[in-house]
Amino acid sequence: MLLSLRNVRKSYTTAEGRLEILKGIDLDLDGGESVALTGESGSGKSTLLHLVAGLDHADAGEIVSSGRSLATLDDRRRAEYRRTAVGLVFQHFNLIPSLDVGANISFHAKLAGRHDPAWERELVELLGVETLLARYPEQLSGGQQQRVAIGRTLAAKPPLVLADEPTGNLDEATGDIVLNIMLSLTKSTGAALLLVTHSTRLAQMLDRSVHLRGGRIA
Amino acid sequence: MLLIAATALLSHWRRRPLQLATFILGLSLATALWSGIQAINTEARASYARAASMLHQSELMQLLPRNGNSIRQSTYARLRRAGWNVSPVIEGDHRFGNTRVRIIGIDPLTMPAKAGRFEAGGVSDLAAFMSEPGVLMVSQVTALKLEGHTQMQLRISSDMPEGAGFADIGIAERILEKRGELTRLVVAPEQRPDLPSLDMLAPDITIKPSGERPDVAQLTDSFHLNLTAFGFLAFAVGLFIVYATIGLAFEQRRATFRTLRSLGLSLSSLTLLLMAELLVLALLAGFIGVVIGYFVASLLLPGVAATLQGLYGASVPGTLSLRPEWWTTGLAIAVAGTIVSSAQSLWRVHRMPLLSSAQPRAWARASAMGVRIQVLGGLVLLFASAILATFGQGLAAGFAVLGSLLLGAALILPGVLSACLAVMQKHSSRALVTWFWADTRQQLPGLNLALMALLLALAANVGVGTMVSSFRLTFIDWLDQRLAAELYVTAREENEASRLRAWLPAHSTSVLPIWSVEGEVLGDRLQIFGAAADDRTYRDRWPLLLGTADVWDRVAMGQGALVNEQLWRRKGLAVGNDLTLPGGWEIPIVGVYSDYGNPKGQVIVGIDTLTTHYPNISKLRYGVRIPPADAPALRRLLTSEFGLPAENIIDQAALKRQSRAVFDQTFAVTGALNIFTLGIAGFAMFSSLLTLSGIRLPQLAPVWAMGIRRRDLALLEVLRTLVLWLATFAAAIPVGLALAWVLLSIVNVEAFGWRLPLRIFPMDWLILGLVALGAAILSVFLPLRRLSTIRPADLLTVFANER
Ligand SMILES: Nc1ncnc2c1ncn2[C@@H]1O[C@H](COP(=O)(O)OP(=O)(O)OP(=O)(O)O)[C@@H](O)[C@H]1O
Ligand SMILES: [Mg+2]
Repeated sequence: MLLSLRNVRKSYTTAEGRLEILKGIDLDLDGGESVALTGESGSGKSTLLHLVAGLDHADAGEIVSSGRSLATLDDRRRAEYRRTAVGLVFQHFNLIPSLDVGANISFHAKLAGRHDPAWERELVELLGVETLLARYPEQLSGGQQQRVAIGRTLAAKPPLVLADEPTGNLDEATGDIVLNIMLSLTKSTGAALLLVTHSTRLAQMLDRSVHLRGGRIA
Repeated sequence: MLLIAATALLSHWRRRPLQLATFILGLSLATALWSGIQAINTEARASYARAASMLHQSELMQLLPRNGNSIRQSTYARLRRAGWNVSPVIEGDHRFGNTRVRIIGIDPLTMPAKAGRFEAGGVSDLAAFMSEPGVLMVSQVTALKLEGHTQMQLRISSDMPEGAGFADIGIAERILEKRGELTRLVVAPEQRPDLPSLDMLAPDITIKPSGERPDVAQLTDSFHLNLTAFGFLAFAVGLFIVYATIGLAFEQRRATFRTLRSLGLSLSSLTLLLMAELLVLALLAGFIGVVIGYFVASLLLPGVAATLQGLYGASVPGTLSLRPEWWTTGLAIAVAGTIVSSAQSLWRVHRMPLLSSAQPRAWARASAMGVRIQVLGGLVLLFASAILATFGQGLAAGFAVLGSLLLGAALILPGVLSACLAVMQKHSSRALVTWFWADTRQQLPGLNLALMALLLALAANVGVGTMVSSFRLTFIDWLDQRLAAELYVTAREENEASRLRAWLPAHSTSVLPIWSVEGEVLGDRLQIFGAAADDRTYRDRWPLLLGTADVWDRVAMGQGALVNEQLWRRKGLAVGNDLTLPGGWEIPIVGVYSDYGNPKGQVIVGIDTLTTHYPNISKLRYGVRIPPADAPALRRLLTSEFGLPAENIIDQAALKRQSRAVFDQTFAVTGALNIFTLGIAGFAMFSSLLTLSGIRLPQLAPVWAMGIRRRDLALLEVLRTLVLWLATFAAAIPVGLALAWVLLSIVNVEAFGWRLPLRIFPMDWLILGLVALGAAILSVFLPLRRLSTIRPADLLTVFANER
């Protein structure tokens, strides 16, 4: 089992009081498996992804990823986990504004110590961003930024790929192409893919689909 | 509508109190230094004018001797008989105990009423004033010093400047041993018509017109100009802060502007509202600035007073009077500064299209084009500075060279830094290192102004520091040469002097008379000294800039004169030129000597030549050469056996100590101003970093998400600040040295008349570097605390929100 979540809970304290977002999530992913995560806006999909990515702490329950129990990691190990064991495609891309596209794509791979120029060239071609390498993020369209963000994550070859609506800014045709690339790449590297999407059509292209409602996996 | 709009606009400041504080503080600091220095200058100038009108009756026409020292009593009598309404004055220095007082002897009966803020009081007072032992009118401070050292009755007058006193002319004549020699004649404004002309009656007299600027005021001009330049520099550095905050405040309110516009607020109303807002803030800051300026001025004034006293003998009271015009000028300069630094922002608002998308930080993302233009402008300025330095003339040109050098260097700094960072980025392969350089480069636009301000402040520190230290070293070397005699003695009167001349040779190696006469040479009043030029001392010790080995022989034989560097440069003299000295005789120039710390020209001739041409000079002062070990014994002998009061003997070491103290005091003010400027630059850096730290999250969050710890990010932030500080510091050293060169070789030559060699003090740079480092760490501390205490939740909001 590459990833397993047991009874994971998360709540936010806001001005209106305590807001329970996740009320006990159980979820398992094997290596090479791809799972679609669907749910209404505000149901907690991004929240869940952030917990798995090691960006935030769960209030209760256990998340075990690549053999690590996230709750037990100290700050240094947690950073190391983010660097090497997981890759996250953000809903809003979050490219590094000071680096050009080429440097953005190789950034995570280099940090993870898995920089592979040949693999990177292949990715760049598959994603169709080879003409954009010298540009800066602010000079890209939303769709272009999204493809770069996907390239950045895949270039690092993480065992677990998390993607938050990676095709939200792409037209249907490009979206399909990009999703197929992600699927084939995760399959070929044996990585697991957890992908948030609103589209049932896209969800059907994956191995399995789970739905988040009322803070639980339905 | 307007009211609602105003509330919306002003709410920005309520939500960002720190930004408001930065704006107000930046502007008020800038105003404070500027108005403080203006206050010092006006105070000093007013005091010169007061002293001139009080002591020298400068609002009246005066008659001065054309040649030599004095006007004869008979000349005065001739003028009076011919019907001229003139009044005699005898002036001279006299020592009461340890205190030297300028005594001005006047004739209360003939002194024109207009000359008298001086009132001799009632008739009985007049009798006391005119009869022995006489009355001396002095200031409170002088009176305290004279207490017990004179039989004269001391009368205190609040109008009297320090170190001077009025006495009756008869009494002054006795004290000063003038024997009928008058210093000058004051001409009453009312004269009978058709008087015989002065030229006919007294051909050896020159006329000094009324209302001329006092000598001291002219002498100190360059000093005040220096202060003004410093004040302006500090003001400019402060304006950088104001410019940056206004730019930010406008940028952050772009969305508000757009909303207000689309709700129907006209562009002109919006501009007007913003201008009103800035005006109110400027007035508030100006008000605070003037108050701080008053404290700055009263803090600096004693130092300035000491400087003026030491350099020029100008007496300025160490206290400040609050003048109403301060408020107006202080507020005006604050408003002017705000206008200058907000013009660009206001212009942008004016041209802002209603529908362009909100682009946060567009103000900071100076286009590559902009940087290129800036670098080009900087290069043009540097070039202009070099041209001016080569071909320009005059003090104004000197300051223009300084100004364009500093501004040019500041303008090219961002371009140079950016290029350096790009090179570093290119040559790094590790992801984090590459990101570090790239990210630093991205921060540059937001830090540029602060870094430019820092460069100005550091360069000024290096430049002025190098100038002062070079000057100090040269000055001390020069003192060691120049103060050759082991003891300096001053006789109390001529009888004692002639006894001294008889007594001293038997008790010492040699005796060097220090006699001088004041007169007009090449249109300036200056001193002519006599030197016993055949004495070895001069040959061995006197610091000559120009002249062959035999100059002293020629001086001794009366075949040549020496002039000091100031006179030589100012009048464009050359060795071999003939100099016409008071009395109309001529003598060729055979050499030039350096004469630091003296603002005036000076001439040296052989002692015999001096006494032949001016037989009546006072012969009170002597330098005594003796093996140093025997000096204390001779000193004791002079007091015990000869009977000279101890305070009339001063040894070489004490004199050097005094001179050095005067020197150090002179530049204490400069040091203080340097620190102030550096402080403002540090504050500019701090406010910029704080501003940036607020918008750093989106730049840092992705890096954090990919596995870099917050702690490491914080460390990199510190490192970034240090790198930028260091780079700026490194750039400031060559700029500072260039500045020092301009100060030493151009400004000093124009202002004081002497040129000094540039010397280099790396230790000083090290200290400055450490101070700068300390300031850097201080300036990054608060912004860093902000960053390192970010909770992951804050970083997550970056991912959760579309910005
Ligand atoms: N830092 C926070 N503080 C308080 N509430 C938060 C915070 N982050 C998220 N929430 C709330 O938690 C809920 C879940 O947010 P989340 O971003 O996980 O939704 P989502 O399922 O990803 O929605 P979408 O499909 O719109 O992206 C929302 O109601 C959101 O308002
Ligand atoms: Mg989401």
